[in-house]
Amino acid sequence: MKEDNYLDLDFKEIKTPFEMDRREFVKLMGGGLFILFTVGDTLGYVEAQQRRRGQDLPTDFNAFLRIDEKGEVTCFTGKIEMGQGIITSLAQMLADELDVSLNSVHMIMGDTDLCPWDMGTFGSMSTRFFGPPLRAAGAEARRVLLEMASEKLSVPVDKLNVDNGVVFEKTNKKNKVTYADLTKGKKIEKHLKDKPPLKTPAQFKVMNKSFIHHDAVEKVTGKARYSGDIQLPGMLYAKVVRPPAHGAKLTDADLSEARKIDGVVVVNEGDLVAVLHEYPDVAEKALALVKAKFAPSPSRLNNNNIYEHLLKAAGGGNEIAKAGDLKEGEKNSVHVFDETYYDSYVAHSPIEPHTAVANIEGKKCTVWASTQNPFTAKEEAAKALDTNSENVRIITPFVGGGFGGKTTNLQVIDAVRLAKITGKPVQVAYTRKEEFFYDAFHPAAIIKIKSGLDKNNKMSFWDYNVYYAGERGAAHFYDIPNSSTKVYGAERGTSAEIHPFRTGAWRAPGNNTNTFARECQIDIMAAKAGIDPFEFRMKNFKDPKYREILKAAGDKFGWKPMGKSPTGKGYGIACGSDAGSYVAMIVEVDVNKKTGGVKVKRVVCAQNMGLTINPEGATIQMEGCIMMGLGYALTEEVQFNNGEVLNKNFDSYELPRFSWLPKIETIILDKRNEPPQGGGEPAIITVGAAIANAIYDKVGIRLHKMPLNAESILKALSEKK
Amino acid sequence: MTELIEFKLNGKNVKLNVDSDRMLLWVLRTNFGLTGTKYGCGEGFCGACTVIINNEAARSCSTSMKEVKGKEVITIEGLEREGKLHPLQKAFAEKDALQCGYCTPGMIMNAYGLLKKNKKPTYSHIVDAMEDNFCRCSAHKRIVQAVQSASVKMEKEG
Repeated sequence: MKEDNYLDLDFKEIKTPFEMDRREFVKLMGGGLFILFTVGDTLGYVEAQQRRRGQDLPTDFNAFLRIDEKGEVTCFTGKIEMGQGIITSLAQMLADELDVSLNSVHMIMGDTDLCPWDMGTFGSMSTRFFGPPLRAAGAEARRVLLEMASEKLSVPVDKLNVDNGVVFEKTNKKNKVTYADLTKGKKIEKHLKDKPPLKTPAQFKVMNKSFIHHDAVEKVTGKARYSGDIQLPGMLYAKVVRPPAHGAKLTDADLSEARKIDGVVVVNEGDLVAVLHEYPDVAEKALALVKAKFAPSPSRLNNNNIYEHLLKAAGGGNEIAKAGDLKEGEKNSVHVFDETYYDSYVAHSPIEPHTAVANIEGKKCTVWASTQNPFTAKEEAAKALDTNSENVRIITPFVGGGFGGKTTNLQVIDAVRLAKITGKPVQVAYTRKEEFFYDAFHPAAIIKIKSGLDKNNKMSFWDYNVYYAGERGAAHFYDIPNSSTKVYGAERGTSAEIHPFRTGAWRAPGNNTNTFARECQIDIMAAKAGIDPFEFRMKNFKDPKYREILKAAGDKFGWKPMGKSPTGKGYGIACGSDAGSYVAMIVEVDVNKKTGGVKVKRVVCAQNMGLTINPEGATIQMEGCIMMGLGYALTEEVQFNNGEVLNKNFDSYELPRFSWLPKIETIILDKRNEPPQGGGEPAIITVGAAIANAIYDKVGIRLHKMPLNAESILKALSEKK
Repeated sequence: MTELIEFKLNGKNVKLNVDSDRMLLWVLRTNFGLTGTKYGCGEGFCGACTVIINNEAARSCSTSMKEVKGKEVITIEGLEREGKLHPLQKAFAEKDALQCGYCTPGMIMNAYGLLKKNKKPTYSHIVDAMEDNFCRCSAHKRIVQAVQSASVKMEKEG
């Protein structure tokens, strides 16, 4: 397996690969009204500064919706559903703008033949960036339909209204026509060019209201199809010989024993050695019989020497924020705090491992894949097959969790290559061991902060240097006259020469690490100043939105001024911002001094995410962020040595369990008049820092490295004595 | 060793000539096409493959066909009765006790096993029983609520 045989998640490099004329898409469909639209800033819906840096958005249309001859609405989008709930919230937006029932809206997602290009589903971007033009397309469709109805009913548009897909005269409800009747026998194509007026919050009937998951019934009955559930006639399940360590090269493979198993198909083509069978478990048995030899990995990195290595390899930093003069600030300081924080490699661990099914018929290759970026997968598959990408179709069934990890599609490459070699449909589904091995982990990172307090206990300077966590969440938001934020080292990508394995985007990439360091440093300074950590933050926020959000959390928590930490109460605070949303979290923990175990008893989280499309769906995302965050905060750390990933299954990598469940209380501020912001990631960023600060408040130990595991707690407690 | 294995699957008697060392998970998914039961870890740690064997929750990835002989197996596909969702399925949907849904069949089957043994589980009974089922999307809070709510409904309906 070539390690570099995939496209990096670098948006600038991805060109919009339109092979099909826009009319081709529409030709494929039956009759109806089609609205084609672009997700980008051409209509000015997305503020330039809100866009992710380096993002190159297409200017041609990249999504469309159809109102068909039955009056059913279908949205075709390259976005995918992986549990984050956009299959529901995007449908809500359309239903509301179009004045149809939610049940008549259907989402066709992540099928590269049916849906126009999309860069992928990540970064909490679907609602923020896809939502506004989607709503506009819905509004435009409604406008066109009203015009058609006006002609048909001989009533001016302003005397018409719509309810549930029926257009009627306001003063004579019997004079009416349905969307279905209007589109019957017609084929109308409109390209959204101007900005139709959108509904105001006062007019919302479906948006800003709670709906259960659109896909819930399929999922509770086992009928929901994931990639591994695709079974084609004659399909073979493939098991690929994997190296024991990253960087270990295959030198020899003896397949003679594996061949003896009845029905086994063997592939031995250079870097790709695999056994295939009609049953996956029999293929697995055959794999165990393959005698493969590998040259040892050149990697000498392990959990102990990694940070030293990373610091050495970092190179020069890039200053992303600056104010005043650091030297001046330090000169004016009475107390100087020089701290270093560490974060570990963390696995995505979706319960559905990476899976792909490939089927080649003639020139056409169809792949069902668990992927967050089907259009990238399409390019990767085409490259592996040495064919034009128009010959590849990626279909994305339900994805069983992504969290950023399913933006790498190595399993797709294996599947298409094996389908080509064997001439049969092939399924490649990672075992848990492969999932750990090939995961593009959340990168280990180091953050060095030097900061100071002046004689009035005001923050005087802030010198922030982050290595490998990137800039998301790196810049502080406190009132500090002299400050600098520098970012060192590649954030993500292959980084093979730096990290011992692939690293990548992990839910709110980098922000968990940055928020951990920043919010711990703030607490350290508050304690030195003898000021309550709540009070200290409130005094020093520059942006009133932080004050508002922390106050909301404090009110819910019942925060009373407690003075200087540690108080023995076990309370911890952290604030931050991600994907345009503001978050404040207050937790209460207990620490078992004998075992070093931490029990998070209560988590209060307040979030300002602008307009909330589906409040219940957004709440679920917050709860998920909090519970998932307990893992990176307390236990999750990839163990590795000389290129080998030592975690092979969940027995050596501890995910949050039911018994960890704290009392979770969430608040979403009512900001229905403000643009919607991200909701899939923000609430996870504060978990680590809030818990670290709460541990300090409980037992007076300050931990600088995540995870805040029992071992380091016991060590710190014994050093304290 | 290939042998004729007879057992009851979702209420029907079935027989199959199969290598009796094969694990139930793969036989369900491939030989019977019942793909609602999921692979998550293959070693019994995560619970995505949970089914009911003789009224008890069991990990189908670690249960060989030998062990299934003559027994009664229920999978997620066997819970609906006359097109009506089982109260647990209904509660999981209504309480939004899922996100990606991949672990959901295993969660529901595990909870089904709990409710067979304990009709009125407390919060801590539920947590204990569900402890070894993983949900990475982290819908834990709602899963507990769904199990509680289903147990109350089932008790009422008898």
